[in-house]
Amino acid sequence: MNREEILNNIKDRFKDCIKNFVDKSPKRIYIDIEPKCLRDVVCYVFKDLQARFNTASGIHTRVGFEILYHFSFDNLGLIISLRVKLETDKARIDSITPIIKGAEWIEREMHELLGIDFVGHPNLKRLLLAEDWPEGVYPLRADYKEWDKNSIRDRGVKE
Amino acid sequence: MSRTIIPIGPYHPLQEEPEFFQLVVDGEKIVDAVANIGYNHRGIEKLSELKSFDQATFVVERICGICSNSHPLAYVQAVEDIIGADCVIPERALYIRTVTAEIERIHSHLLWLGLAGHFLGYNTVYMWAWKEREEILDILEELTGNRNNYAMNKIGGVRRDLNKDSFGGVIKRLNKLIEFMVMIKKAVLDDPVLHIRLKGVGILTQKDCIDYCALGPTSRASGIAKDVRKDEPYAAYDRISWNVITQNEGDVFAKVVVRILEIFESIDIIKQCLRKMPDGPIDAHIKDIPPGEGIGHIEAPRGECFHYVRSDGSNRPVRHKVRAPTFMNLPTYKQSLIGQTISDATIILAAIDPCYCCTERMTIIDANNKKKTFLSQEELIRLSQKKTEDIKNKMGIK
Repeated sequence: MNREEILNNIKDRFKDCIKNFVDKSPKRIYIDIEPKCLRDVVCYVFKDLQARFNTASGIHTRVGFEILYHFSFDNLGLIISLRVKLETDKARIDSITPIIKGAEWIEREMHELLGIDFVGHPNLKRLLLAEDWPEGVYPLRADYKEWDKNSIRDRGVKE
Repeated sequence: MSRTIIPIGPYHPLQEEPEFFQLVVDGEKIVDAVANIGYNHRGIEKLSELKSFDQATFVVERICGICSNSHPLAYVQAVEDIIGADCVIPERALYIRTVTAEIERIHSHLLWLGLAGHFLGYNTVYMWAWKEREEILDILEELTGNRNNYAMNKIGGVRRDLNKDSFGGVIKRLNKLIEFMVMIKKAVLDDPVLHIRLKGVGILTQKDCIDYCALGPTSRASGIAKDVRKDEPYAAYDRISWNVITQNEGDVFAKVVVRILEIFESIDIIKQCLRKMPDGPIDAHIKDIPPGEGIGHIEAPRGECFHYVRSDGSNRPVRHKVRAPTFMNLPTYKQSLIGQTISDATIILAAIDPCYCCTERMTIIDANNKKKTFLSQEELIRLSQKKTEDIKNKMGIK
């Protein structure tokens, strides 16, 4: 399948899910999709189109969360990034780990660093942060302040 | 059936990454394994958001001491992707990037080869490979000025030019390395002990590679011919001729072979680059980074290294996501380790080149009577070496 066929297939199949389609350059494409369609689109791209899952980038902006799921089509040198947007107080999305085993760790990472809840993840434990890192402090959120670091550094020290 | 849990890790200064493993064993056989990482988490992604675009190149260079060219290269490509078609990198800079990247690949693969030899009880391989690696570091010093952390990559080009006078000496040294590699290749392929020790051990099937999205030599040893250098050529890889190395077996032996053959390809790439390198400027002098987002990915020695950068038009990235190859390769231990014996654990874990077979100490906990036994890291390696010794004795090889 060439580039045009892949794009047309995705466009046709998920007409109602695609909010925005950015053909940025011959090698990079960004597709905004509805969060509720995520699993269907990922399943189609990974299983049927046989793309390779690169990773996912979670971002916290002033308006909310964005998660980009990057897929590469190695024979074409093409990277398609699926973007979902979530509101800060509704940080929940379906986990894609049941479809892609390789997504387990990155979802665990986003869960602890950004505080996004992945529904249906088989093992949503901490990956990188220490066990005594306080609950509810998410270092990659936009509102995370430097002073938090000191309070964390001094945790457990009795006055 | 009694099950025993063996924790491995988390710290050992021998290698660059601390990792903690719990092996659940039934007798000698591994029935389950759990990995625990994060001992080395330094918040580089957050730190990078506090630096300017140019400074961040130096920050990501310090993610890893061995791939200290891969991360900056992937990062500058991500930033150049934000700028888009306006950013034309001078030809000479592309060749210089290729040369540095390939020398780094050779030194990384030689380092791995030496360690693998050590874990198997082939300490001669360990000494020889590291001796040759020293020559490679000398080449790096001669060309870039640094043995490590070369600081060659810059948004829009490279920081330093290469001196033409040194090319002759570099090629002479590379030719010497070819002689050594021919010897090592013959020694590995002809050694019956290595065949018994490594063939059929820690097999990773093609399906597992696709499921876990494994990368680099780990997946190429399972017959997946994916290599970013060929798939989406960056730097000067599309201007020279070279081959993607694959093996079909997926076991540890195939991974050794892939890495050894890749060294030959790298030497060839460097020689072609030095011969063909055009004269001209080395920097496109990029001033401003426009708002937008970009992706840069390159083939590091261990697999694809992936960077995502977002800019809001200021002089700092608002988000910088780094995905190192081991992040995808490490979870494959679930497939390759289970069903194998403890004495093979070190080499299977080492086969994906993540550097965590650094077993500082090992505790054996018997699930039934909660008895604890502490074994040192040396003893775990000794277990592995003893197995090789036993095979040699059985075959009558001294």
